[in-house]
Amino acid sequence: MKIKRRDFLKLSAGGSLLMATLGPTAALSNTEKKALPPDAVGILYDSTLCVGCQACMVACKQANKMPLETEDVYRRWDNPQDLSSKTLNIIKRYQDGSEATKDQEQDGYAFIKRQCMHCIEPSCVSACPVSALRKDAKNGIVSYNKDACIGCRYCQIACPFNIPKFQWESTTPEIVKCQLCNHLLKEGKYAACCSACPTGASLYGPMEDLLAEAKRRLKLEPGVYANFPLNRIGPDGSNRTTSHKVGQYVQHIYGENEVGGTQNLMLAGVSFSKLGMPELPDEPFVRLADGIQYAIYKGMAYPLALLGALIYMIRKGENNGDHKDKA
Amino acid sequence: METKQPLGGRVLTGPFVFFLILVLIGAYFAAKRFTLGIGAVSNMNDGYPWGIWIALDVVIGTALACGGYTMALLTYAFNRGEYHPLVRPALLTSLFGYSLAGISVMIDIGRYWQAYNIILPWHSNLHSVMFEVALCIGAYCLVLWIEFAPALLEKMKADRLLKKLNRVLLIFIALGILLPTMHQSSLGTMMLMAGYKLSPLWRTAFLPLLFLLTALIIGFAVVIYESLFSSVTHRLPLETTILSKLATVTFWCVLLFMVIRIEDVNLRGYLPLAFDGSLVSNMFLLENTFLLCGLFLLMYPGNRNCPKLLFLSASCLLIGGSLYRFNTYITGFDPGNGWQYFPSVGELCITFGIVAVEILGYMWCVKRLPIISVPQTS
Ligand code: SF4
Ligand code: SF4
Ligand code: SF4
Repeated sequence: MKIKRRDFLKLSAGGSLLMATLGPTAALSNTEKKALPPDAVGILYDSTLCVGCQACMVACKQANKMPLETEDVYRRWDNPQDLSSKTLNIIKRYQDGSEATKDQEQDGYAFIKRQCMHCIEPSCVSACPVSALRKDAKNGIVSYNKDACIGCRYCQIACPFNIPKFQWESTTPEIVKCQLCNHLLKEGKYAACCSACPTGASLYGPMEDLLAEAKRRLKLEPGVYANFPLNRIGPDGSNRTTSHKVGQYVQHIYGENEVGGTQNLMLAGVSFSKLGMPELPDEPFVRLADGIQYAIYKGMAYPLALLGALIYMIRKGENNGDHKDKA
Repeated sequence: METKQPLGGRVLTGPFVFFLILVLIGAYFAAKRFTLGIGAVSNMNDGYPWGIWIALDVVIGTALACGGYTMALLTYAFNRGEYHPLVRPALLTSLFGYSLAGISVMIDIGRYWQAYNIILPWHSNLHSVMFEVALCIGAYCLVLWIEFAPALLEKMKADRLLKKLNRVLLIFIALGILLPTMHQSSLGTMMLMAGYKLSPLWRTAFLPLLFLLTALIIGFAVVIYESLFSSVTHRLPLETTILSKLATVTFWCVLLFMVIRIEDVNLRGYLPLAFDGSLVSNMFLLENTFLLCGLFLLMYPGNRNCPKLLFLSASCLLIGGSLYRFNTYITGFDPGNGWQYFPSVGELCITFGIVAVEILGYMWCVKRLPIISVPQTS
C-alpha cells in the first residue's frame, strides 16, 4: 500500500486534532528533520556501480560470523533468498523483459543492496520496550543487545524496511540485523561490505562526505568517464579511486529524507520502487505514535489526575452508602 | 435481599472434561514450543512477527476481559450501584482473561526469561508503547487479583484480613479503572508504528480512541452475555432491568464508535478501498456489518428488554469488535515482499488450550466461590 504525502499529512492532522482535545503538545508541531549525530557514519550504495559480485555478502558473513544459508544438499555455497536471521545483507536483482541493458527499467536489470538503513529516527529503537536496540549518540549506529531483549518482536512490526530478523528455530532466539560492523571499529577497521567492494558501489564514511559525494554524482554528465572513490572516504579514507562511465541516475538520493533520513544512502539508475524500496514519507512514523503517547503521558499528569478523580468519585459513592461491599 | 453465593453442584461434568482435554493438547504444543523454539509450532515469520497469540489471546482476549473494567467504571466511577450484582462475575472473567493473556505473552516472547528487564529502570524505554502496555497489563493483573481477593477471603472466612483489605480496596478499584483505560487505548497506538504496513482502512490517529471504545463495547457485550448465560444455565431470575440500562449505555458507545470509524475512513478518502473486493476490504465490510447489526438491534429501546434480542446484539458486537481488533493486527497488516501468514495447528491448539483454561476456571469458581448474586429465599 503506497502512502502519499498528502495522506500522511491528513493522518497527522487527525492526530493533532485528537491531541488538541487531550492537551497541548510540542511533539508533533516539530516536523523538521532531526539532525544527524555529530560523528555519524554510514554507507553510500550506488546501484549503477554495483556488478552483483556479492563480495560484500561474503565479507559480511565472515566479519559477523554468520552461518551458511543454503538449499544445496551438499552445502557447497551460500545462497540466501532474502535477508534472514543468517544473512545481514543481500544483493538483489531487478529484471525486466530481455534483461539486455544494465540500469534500465525496460528490458534491463539492476542491483540493490539491502541491509539496515540506520535511520536517523529509528522506529525499531522507539518500539523496543527494553532499549535492546539503541542508536549510538555519536556515530548513529543502531545496535542490538541480546541481554536486554525480551523477544517481543515489536521492532519487526515497526521497522519500515523489514530489517530486524528473528531466530525462529532457536530456543534462545535473538534479533539479528546489520550493526554497521561496529565491532570492527575498535580494531580500526570498518564495514566489511565496503572494504570488500571492488567497484566502489558500497562506500563507507562520514555522513557529510557521503551526502556530498552522492550530490556530486547526481550532477555528473551521464556517459562520460569520472573518478569514483573506493571503499572509504573522509579523513580516514582509502584515497583510492576508480574510473567508471557515469550512469543514468534517477535524480533522488534514497535515504536522504525518507522517514526522517537514514545513514544508508542509495543511488540508482532505475526507480527505487522497482528495486523493492518502499515509498516513504519524510515524516517518520514514530512521530505520530510518539506524539500521541507524549501528549497523554507527559509527566504522567493526566493519568494521575484521572486516578485522583476516580478515587474521589468512588469515595463519594461509598459515603452515600451505595455499595458497601466492594468488588 | 440478595447475597453472593457459590452455586454448588458437581464440578466434573461432561463439558468440564472436554475443556480439560483441550488444555492438555495445548500443554503438549506449549512444551514443544519451549523445547524446540517458536518456529517449531508456529507459522509466524519475519514478515508477520505477530500471530494469533498476540491478536487473539492478548488483543482480543483482554478486550473480552474488559467486563470487570466496564462494570467497575459504571458502578464506582459513575456511581451506579444498581450494576453491582454484575461486578463480581465480570471481575472473575477479567481475572482469568488477563492472567491468561499474561501467560500467552510468556509463550509468545522469545526471551521470556528476561521479561523482568521491562521493570529494570536502566532498560525501560519510556518512549515505547510496548513498554507502557506491558507494564499496565502486568500491574492490572495484580490489581485484579486484589480486587477479587474479597471473594476468596469470604470463602476462607478470613474476616480480619477482609476488613483490612476493604479499607485500601478503594485505591485498587480506582487503579482497576485507570490501568485498562491506559493500555486498552495504547493497544491501538501500538499499531500506528507499523506505518504503511497497516492498511489505511485501519491506520489512523484515532486508533487509540477506537481501541478504547471497542474495549468498552466488548466489555459491555460480555457482561450482557454472561448474565444471560448464567441465568439460563443456573436457572436464576434474569437481571433484565439492569441489562436494559446497560444496553442503553452500550448503544451510545457503539454509535460513537461507528461515527468516528466511518467518518475517519471517509474523510481520509479511503472509503472506495473498502469496496475493491479484496480479502482485506471484505474483512473491513464484515467487521462493520456486525457492529452495525448490533447497533440497529439496540436502537429501539423496546429491544433492550428482550433477552433474545439482547443476546443477538451482544453477539454481533462481540464478533464485530473482535474483528476490528483482529483486522488491525493481522488482516490489515501487510509487510509486503510476498510474506504470508496463516496460523498453524499447534499455534491454534495453544490458543484453544488457553481459552479452555479460562472456561474451566470460571466453571469451577462460580460453583465453589461466592460470585453470583442469588435472591435470598428466607
Ligand atoms: S532500518 Fe529498521 S532496523 Fe534499521 S535502524 Fe531503521 S528501523 Fe531500525
Ligand atoms: S524483540 Fe527484542 S529488540 Fe525487538 S523490540 Fe522486542 S525486546 Fe526490543
Ligand atoms: S556493515 Fe557490516 S554487518 Fe552491515 S551489511 Fe556491511 S558487512 Fe554486513
